[in-house]
Amino acid sequence: MPLTSPTEFAKEKVQAVQEYTVMAAASVANLFRKPLYFADMVQQADLIGFGSLPIVVLTGFFTGGVLALQTANTLQRFGSITLIGQLVSTSMVRELGPVLTGLMVAGRNSSGMASELGSMVVTEQIDAMRALGTDPMKKLVTPRVTASVFMLFFLSIISDLVGLAGGLMVAKLFLALDARQYWSNAWQVLEFQDVFMGLLKPVMFGFIIATIGCFYGMSAKGGTQGVGRATTQAVVAASVLILVTDFFVTKLLISVLSFN
Amino acid sequence: MSTPTLPNECVPEPADQPSGAAVVFEDVHLAFDDNDVLRGVSFQLPLGETKALFGVAGSGKSTILKLVLGLLTPDSGRITVLGNEVTQMHEQDMFPLRGRLGIVFQESALFDSLTVRENVAYRLTEEHGIYDDEVDRRVRESLRFVELEHTLDLFPSELSGGMRRRVAIARAIITHPELLLYDSPTGGLDPVTSNTIVELIMKQRDVYRTSSLLVSHRLQDAFTLATHEFDPGTNQLRALPRGQYCNVPMSFLILRDGKVVFDGDIRQLAHTKDEYIREYIS
Repeated sequence: MPLTSPTEFAKEKVQAVQEYTVMAAASVANLFRKPLYFADMVQQADLIGFGSLPIVVLTGFFTGGVLALQTANTLQRFGSITLIGQLVSTSMVRELGPVLTGLMVAGRNSSGMASELGSMVVTEQIDAMRALGTDPMKKLVTPRVTASVFMLFFLSIISDLVGLAGGLMVAKLFLALDARQYWSNAWQVLEFQDVFMGLLKPVMFGFIIATIGCFYGMSAKGGTQGVGRATTQAVVAASVLILVTDFFVTKLLISVLSFN
Repeated sequence: MSTPTLPNECVPEPADQPSGAAVVFEDVHLAFDDNDVLRGVSFQLPLGETKALFGVAGSGKSTILKLVLGLLTPDSGRITVLGNEVTQMHEQDMFPLRGRLGIVFQESALFDSLTVRENVAYRLTEEHGIYDDEVDRRVRESLRFVELEHTLDLFPSELSGGMRRRVAIARAIITHPELLLYDSPTGGLDPVTSNTIVELIMKQRDVYRTSSLLVSHRLQDAFTLATHEFDPGTNQLRALPRGQYCNVPMSFLILRDGKVVFDGDIRQLAHTKDEYIREYIS
């Protein structure tokens, strides 16, 4: 493999960030320019939203369950086992629901977008689309970004709910707690800040998932091997970016919304 | 293969071709990293004419087509397509112009997740406002032109290489473009299928008078195009008498090391003294 000089390497990375930024901005700007591919948006929403539902439900349910199991011992030591509903609720709504949903959808859809668009690039289908007078950014990228943002919002809500149900299952079956008390605690502890944080994050994660997947797909080079590389890079980059963004958004919101 | 022997006498018939140029290249330079692909390429494609582009692999033939479409931007020089200087145009402004062009890619580049019907209808469905009945009629008309009407509901993966190429032609011509670009349309095909494709290119040239640039590795295809015409009556090719070759709207352009070494008609090609060209066409 040829060695790249540090300067060239840095230039390449800066250029990639620049190209990503331009693409991400164009994907939003295209929403205000005709034609708007509404049918493609609905199709992508079905693929991303409905298609990801099983893994989101399973992940959310078992995460809620294991959260209750892991914390039960500690809470019992302090005689606060009845607070388990509060703990599962705040953890799922603020953090685990959006992040795990984001990571699951990133694994499924960032890779899918990168491989689909990458295959189209290496088989000249993107060139053909441009040659036929269609802007691939409008036709392929914007519908995926819109659908991801929209569907991740709802998938996160579903994940939160089934996570709470998972916690309830553990609380009732293994800890012999009252279901009504669990739900009451879980519901009452939630404040506007928690819900706001829990609903803002999936919007950002959806944007990251789609733009990263499309970016790596659209810049795929080198035949089928290049498509494979783009797919792997998309999943890794989207997952890491979700976790990094999560940290900074959490820090920012905690400061701005002044959590207790 | 031998170069056709041509008489010096050629009787030009009154031209019924429109005047003007479909494509003009003026001193176009393009390099990829350290590799100079085009080094001062200049030529004109008059309206209604077909120009065959030849050259060894990597000489920049396909690059010229991509430059015409604005899929690539030259480092310097001017390119004018149907009166529009594409070198000065923004990508967004290129889309309406591309709607007036048609291209057949080397590997067909059909959308593999769409059926033949959807592939051929792609441009019409993108235009919006065209009724389904009209789209269906024009798709069938286009597919009938390439004799593949029976493949409407098949996917590209279910077609042979030659059939894919013909569907790509149908997709390119459905809007009756003013300029057609063919990138090695007969590459990798058997002689029978190649002849069918050449016949379709000739039919498009002689029936619809469409200007076209044809990238090819097969000289015999271009010689067939230069020495035959399409007879709409019999729906077949007809060999022309030697004295009428000069009336065929067909020319040749040969590239070598990123430069144009020949640009002329079949008679000029047959009488060239250039050693490289003589060797190339022999």
